[in-house]
Amino acid sequence: MTIESKKDAGKLTLAVTGRLDTSTAPKLEKTLKYSYDGVTELVFDLKELEYISSAGLRVLLSAQKTMNKQGSMKVTNVCEEIMEIFEITGFSDILTIE
Amino acid sequence: MAEKKLFRLTVNADVNELQHVLGFVEECIGTIDCPPKAMMQINIAVEEIFVNIAHYAYSDKTGETVIEVEIADEPKAVTITFIDNGVKYDPLAKPDPDVTLSAKERQIGGLGIFMAKKFMDDLSYEYRDGQNVFAMKKDL
Repeated sequence: MTIESKKDAGKLTLAVTGRLDTSTAPKLEKTLKYSYDGVTELVFDLKELEYISSAGLRVLLSAQKTMNKQGSMKVTNVCEEIMEIFEITGFSDILTIE
Repeated sequence: MAEKKLFRLTVNADVNELQHVLGFVEECIGTIDCPPKAMMQINIAVEEIFVNIAHYAYSDKTGETVIEVEIADEPKAVTITFIDNGVKYDPLAKPDPDVTLSAKERQIGGLGIFMAKKFMDDLSYEYRDGQNVFAMKKDL
């Protein structure tokens, strides 16, 4: 997994590529932890995300909870396979997916 | 004639072995035609079950897990069985999480097993001769 981050004033965009699983989710969690300061708009670009397990979902949920307190969050470019996972787990109702 | 292939891997029940386990399963399934989406779903189910065993089966001690992959054709199916000597634990006994709750109320626990249940067609658990035997099958 690679994370590409782009910050523009209060807007932070994180492009996550590859696999978000038990092995890689802690890296994203850590990146987020050190990036929240001053962020009012968080965007996940999942165009190149191939795989997500419950460990990855946990990080997205935690990010959503944080952003509910300090701004907004959205998830973009979700492929069909990942979308199905969001739907099955009810994450399609929790997350703002565009 | 219907043919079955059986592969077996023994690893430490340790999350650091996850990539090893997933690589093994993918290699086994690579011996038949499997759509990429089904492959991803099987991967997720395997990850969730293996990580669960790695976290809970032996608490602080180390122990092994045997992973068997059975590939069948006519009808095409993959069956993956996890066997460990750890504490008795039936992952299917836990109630499903409420997936309709809001982000605020949502707890993440149980989602992994829930996804395994959704993505696989047939799951079973038994405690046999001091071993946890958990099997899951996906029809292809």
